[in-house]
Amino acid sequence: MDENLLEIRNLAVEYRTDDGVIYAVNNVSLSVKKGETIGLVGETGAGKTTIAKSILRILPNPQAKITSGEIFFNGEDVLVLSEKEMRKIRGNKIAMIFQDPMTALNPIETVGYQIAEAISQHNKISNSEAKKRASDMLEMVGIPMDRFSEYPHQFSGGMKQRVVIAVALACNPELLLADEPTTALDVTIQAQVLDMMRSLKARLGTSVVFITHDLGVVAEFCESVAVAYAGEIVEHGTVRDVFMKPAHPYTRGLFGSLPKLESTEPRLKPIKGLMPDPTNLPKGCRFYERCPDAEDGCAERRPDDAEVEPGHMVKCLRVGGGAI
Amino acid sequence: MTSLLEVRDLKKYFQTKAGALHAVDGVSFVLEAGKTLGVVGESGCGKTTLGRTVLHLLEPTDGQMFFEGEDITRAKGKELRRLREQMQIIFQDPFSSLDPRKSVSESIMEPLILRGGMPRSEMLSQTRELMDTVGLAARFESSYPHELDGGRRQRIGIARALALRPKFIVCDEPVSALDVSIQAQIINLMLDLQDAMHLAYMFVTHDLSVVKYISDDIMVMYLGQVVEKAPSNELFSDTLHPYSKALLSAIPNPDIEKKTERILLHGEITSPINPKPGCRFMARCRYASEECAMQQSLVECSPGHFVSCCKYDKI
Amino acid sequence: MKKRRKKSRLLDIWRQLRKNKLAVVALIVLLLLLIVAIAAPQLAPYPYSQQNAKLANAPPSAEHLLGNDRLGRDIFSRLIYGSRQSLQMGVVAVAIAAVIGILIGSIAGYYGGWVDNLSMRLLDIYQAMPMFLLCVSLAAIMGPSLRNAIIALGIGTVPGYARIMRATVLMVRENEYIDAARSVNARAHRIILSHIIPNAIGPMIVQITMGVGSCILAGSALSYIGLGAQPPIPEWGAMISDARNTMREYPTHALYPGICVMISVLACNLLGDGLRDALDPRLKN
Repeated sequence: MDENLLEIRNLAVEYRTDDGVIYAVNNVSLSVKKGETIGLVGETGAGKTTIAKSILRILPNPQAKITSGEIFFNGEDVLVLSEKEMRKIRGNKIAMIFQDPMTALNPIETVGYQIAEAISQHNKISNSEAKKRASDMLEMVGIPMDRFSEYPHQFSGGMKQRVVIAVALACNPELLLADEPTTALDVTIQAQVLDMMRSLKARLGTSVVFITHDLGVVAEFCESVAVAYAGEIVEHGTVRDVFMKPAHPYTRGLFGSLPKLESTEPRLKPIKGLMPDPTNLPKGCRFYERCPDAEDGCAERRPDDAEVEPGHMVKCLRVGGGAI
Repeated sequence: MTSLLEVRDLKKYFQTKAGALHAVDGVSFVLEAGKTLGVVGESGCGKTTLGRTVLHLLEPTDGQMFFEGEDITRAKGKELRRLREQMQIIFQDPFSSLDPRKSVSESIMEPLILRGGMPRSEMLSQTRELMDTVGLAARFESSYPHELDGGRRQRIGIARALALRPKFIVCDEPVSALDVSIQAQIINLMLDLQDAMHLAYMFVTHDLSVVKYISDDIMVMYLGQVVEKAPSNELFSDTLHPYSKALLSAIPNPDIEKKTERILLHGEITSPINPKPGCRFMARCRYASEECAMQQSLVECSPGHFVSCCKYDKI
Repeated sequence: MKKRRKKSRLLDIWRQLRKNKLAVVALIVLLLLLIVAIAAPQLAPYPYSQQNAKLANAPPSAEHLLGNDRLGRDIFSRLIYGSRQSLQMGVVAVAIAAVIGILIGSIAGYYGGWVDNLSMRLLDIYQAMPMFLLCVSLAAIMGPSLRNAIIALGIGTVPGYARIMRATVLMVRENEYIDAARSVNARAHRIILSHIIPNAIGPMIVQITMGVGSCILAGSALSYIGLGAQPPIPEWGAMISDARNTMREYPTHALYPGICVMISVLACNLLGDGLRDALDPRLKN
């Protein structure tokens, strides 16, 4: 247990809106080992970003409420920490990168200053020392030092995302939450950024939660993967296990929906229907209505985690037992 | 036999403070009725501009366009109106491509109202038919876009494009903003519609796996120019241009059994403002040498397979 | 179908607005003001011009709640009738300004280029003249009357509306549904009327609400200097003006209409503020 850097237990988050209560995250448990990279995949509205924001406690207030669960970081429940203690963790021990590099940087400060600021916020060091470490960071993400004093608008999208990553890694965090960091980038640029992140990860030993909807990116970047659907983790295991032997019908459906370069099939095999309305989730299995393998009991009983092989968990009644 | 759409040496420049931006620079292609031409490239390669110029949403700077053998390059007024009934567009962003103040049926009906010459009851029944064709349940008729998910919104966009029974549709990244499971539904729908209505598509996207799936021919663009053009399967099996190769290898592959070697490009796309003559990919190409600085031209290396690289047979 | 849309949209705005208590109060105040203006003859205990020399400057009494002015007219009745003039000033002047402003703004914003440049530069010149001075000279040229004051106010405040409309249109124009409409052969006037204006109207509603307030204020000022409503027609600004000679002895004669102006302007501003929040999609949920 104590090798887990991050451990989420039975997390539930809801948003209260005029149109009703949105059950965004329902009873999610997830753990990240030291140095591990875990891919959190799922479609829009699966609750991926909400999980990440819960870890940092930056959910929109007052709409979002964590209704149950614990999030242990280094054995300490971050959900009960005071705001002051939380500030010491945010950006220092746990950092987050967002999808859109265009809005993540302050347009009126130089990129070097922004990195240096992130460093001096959490470390008592002199300005010149912070500056030096900031330019080291820039080098590390592959930006020549002479661009230290340039402004964000002088950078292209891929370069900006590198700066954002440099800001996030400036304090050498133990955990990096990356929310679709490459989705807004072109494929060749995405390849560059992923490559850079991979070597940085190896060098710094940072654990990463990589949120994405792209199974290809997970295959290339992550060691284990958690598949989110309607606020639940429906399948969880090593990339190898999940990709080679997907056990949940939703995971299998995702793979069937992907156009493959080698495929010669005349039509794709999409998952029928849509994600259930998060204000009105089905009583039994959340995937029941779209599931090609559904049985009668699936509408009534909610599946529990079942282990199909060591470390490969699946929430499906047809695979394992369920709760009421 | 005349082809449905022929574009010859099309150019679209934008005037900027820094000089002329060569968004589309000498693109030629032929599209037959009922076929799909995939246009791939990264942001800034001019693929979207190409689609809009073909549809006359932008005025071409130079070049010629023929629709069913007729020169449409400078079509105006009545001619343009007639032409637009045959050529339609499906947009990328299902959020911004629908007027938030118009209901589903109002959006789909708009083209019919604009064309006129039809009693309202007929328009309504055609609208219902269109909704049925694209798989939108009749109960959404008076819903508003913000009440619907991305997939359904994109179906509205498709129904609107089909309303005038066009022969040719520019699809500008129609599935990029959608989730994979929904994306597959929409791609299948578009393929079904193509079969049923004998539509020709110009499918603009940055996603190579999608484009392979749907296209007969594929055109790879880089900084406003076509660098390679080939039948779909051939482009993937026998990739010639160094940029196409890098692009192909950069696609993250969900198949963990098959690990492809990645060609990492250094640097990023250069500016399309006042480009130098010669290969535009040169600055990022690992095979670049002096001869690449000379004017490149698209050569046919095997039937139907064109490449714009002076060293394609040497690398 | 059309009805449903309007309804659901209004309902939506109302649901957002309801959260802002001050804005709801402001809305109620304005509605009351409107009722008072419409039902003035029924509500007012005396005709507004009925003089009674015996009661000149009389203090408040059971018959005359707020007392009488220097000509012995019932102040309470005059305040009630005055709401008609003030509301007219605000609403009609803003309507004139908004319609012209929306048209100029939409055309400038949609066409861009030299059309935009020309109209914006003309507005620049127009705005370089002090607004109030413009109103004063217009009213002076056309002669002092309530109608002319309204026209002057309306024309004088066009630039603000035109600018806001143009800025919004510039954003709306970038949406792909505008291209979609063009690609199915919609002509410019249809695109502007059916797609651009309905989508750009949100910020205008806020501006219009606040504009009513500032026009009431400016209208009162015009009347105060004798360029608005003419005696004996009661108008709050004119009433203050009327009371200025006896301000020391009977300060309440100026105070009551002053309070009326203040309350109605404040209500407009608060409602405008509330509407701004209610119409801003970013603040939803």
